[in-house]
Amino acid sequence: MNKTKKIISSVLLKLVIALVVVIDVYPIVWMFLCALKKPTEFVSKPSYALPEGLYLQNFVDAWTKGNMGTFFLNSLFYTAVALVFIVTFSMTIGFAVTKMEWKMKKFFQSFFLMGLMVPVATALLPLFQIYNKIGLLNTRTCLILTYIAFGLSLSIFLVTGYMRSLPDELLEASVIDGCGIFSMMRYIVVPLMKNAAVTVLVLQFFYKWNDLLFSMTFVSSTNLKTIQTGLLYFEDQFGSKNWGAIFASVTISVAPMLLIYSVLNKKVIEGMVAGAVKG
Amino acid sequence: MKKVLGSKKAIALFVVPGLILYVGIVFVPVIWSFGYSLFSGTPGLDWRFTGLKNYQKLFLDSRFKTALIVNLKYILYTMLGQVVLGLGLALIFRFGLKRFKNTFRTIAFFPVILPTVAVGQLFAKIYEIQPHYGLLNSLLSNIGLQNLVQPWIGQQSTALPALSVMDIWVSMGFYAVIFYGGLLDISDDVMEAAKIDGCGFWKMFRTIIFPLLRPVTITCLVFSFAGTVKMFESATALTGGGPGNATTSLSMYMYNVAFSYGNVGYGSAIAIVIFLICVIGTRIIRVLDRE
Repeated sequence: MNKTKKIISSVLLKLVIALVVVIDVYPIVWMFLCALKKPTEFVSKPSYALPEGLYLQNFVDAWTKGNMGTFFLNSLFYTAVALVFIVTFSMTIGFAVTKMEWKMKKFFQSFFLMGLMVPVATALLPLFQIYNKIGLLNTRTCLILTYIAFGLSLSIFLVTGYMRSLPDELLEASVIDGCGIFSMMRYIVVPLMKNAAVTVLVLQFFYKWNDLLFSMTFVSSTNLKTIQTGLLYFEDQFGSKNWGAIFASVTISVAPMLLIYSVLNKKVIEGMVAGAVKG
Repeated sequence: MKKVLGSKKAIALFVVPGLILYVGIVFVPVIWSFGYSLFSGTPGLDWRFTGLKNYQKLFLDSRFKTALIVNLKYILYTMLGQVVLGLGLALIFRFGLKRFKNTFRTIAFFPVILPTVAVGQLFAKIYEIQPHYGLLNSLLSNIGLQNLVQPWIGQQSTALPALSVMDIWVSMGFYAVIFYGGLLDISDDVMEAAKIDGCGFWKMFRTIIFPLLRPVTITCLVFSFAGTVKMFESATALTGGGPGNATTSLSMYMYNVAFSYGNVGYGSAIAIVIFLICVIGTRIIRVLDRE
């Protein structure tokens, strides 16, 4: 009796696991398959049918006619520039508020952390007016500046966690060996903070690549739009009938995430969780 | 040592550039937002000081009430789904699997990394009914449940739950990973002892695992709350707030008031409400923790 009960529950458990895997993976696989279908296939066959062949024209349409090429490169540019500054600032500020000696360091540490509480929507309207007034609206600069500023709090929080575990003896030894502050940063601190840097990079990459609110508010010309805003208005441009091209462009926006995730999946999971467990 | 680490020049160089950006772009606008909420109209055009009138207006505005209710319902459904299913998955990682633990975890986490707008477009096609059936409807009609085929995001009754399902799908793996971390901290000895005392799985879960998971649960609740209170990206991408106002959240209503109707002052009052809900909600969860 007990044995059959055990077998039943183990079979049930396996079914649940299989179901979860299907639910997590199938929509994405379906998306890839649909990106390869001819327009006629969507009409003549049910949506779950496999594609008849590799119809790559969808990707060509998305990349050229749908401007996905431009949007993709824009997103890449904004994200890359913002990341360079976020990592640099969070390293230097993180170091200054934990290891350097000055009166206001405790104050500034908590001052930077206050930003963790700010909902993006609350800053949006004044920012729009400010950028409008100083003529930065609809430029690359305003998006990049916003991305950097809103990436700081969380990144500094993460970096200070790592900095605390950096032994003071190491810094002392480097001073005795004649290091100034800049060579100390370069030869001691930065090499030892590689893990912190990777965590910040991964986490902020996902945040910036995903941004929608800022890019749809601050930027309106087609040649400056990001991939997320582009996707949002894709249907207007192609019409809701051209499923193939829509799926192809969704695939293009997902591809970099998949690539990074497949190479760095452990780091990505760690980074995301570290970013979350901040309260 | 002191001379190197106390160098005023180096400190200024390290802190000031980031500080300027942070103060100018994050800190000042939040305070500014509060100032704006005391005015009406658009700055530069028809901009008048009206004191607390905007806040009074909130109480009489039925569209604000609708957005508030939609937002609260969404928080409730999505938080519940994310935390309960996340916990369920974490229990499977920890106790249900011997092999393939990491593979399963990698797969379950996978939707978390996808861009919100891409997920929105994907789910819009899954829920589609016109011009041809999307994935869900064509599967339903194939297995003989033709009467369940419906415009999932095209009708008031199902649009909000459909949106919640999408957001639960995206992030349940994320909560699973956090809960899993908490489960790993519970020592095997405690659970072995309980087993020897004849504890079944459910009893063990109720009396040992769940109480020990409390801090992690609070973390998950806080994070899920912070994510759902903002409700903007996923709803914009999936439904655009429709049909009607069935999925228009506070943030989306704020956006419309400020940019479509040109009332930045009133929009700022809504922004302040969002900020307050965020602060108060987090406090409530924290207080629950202390009891």
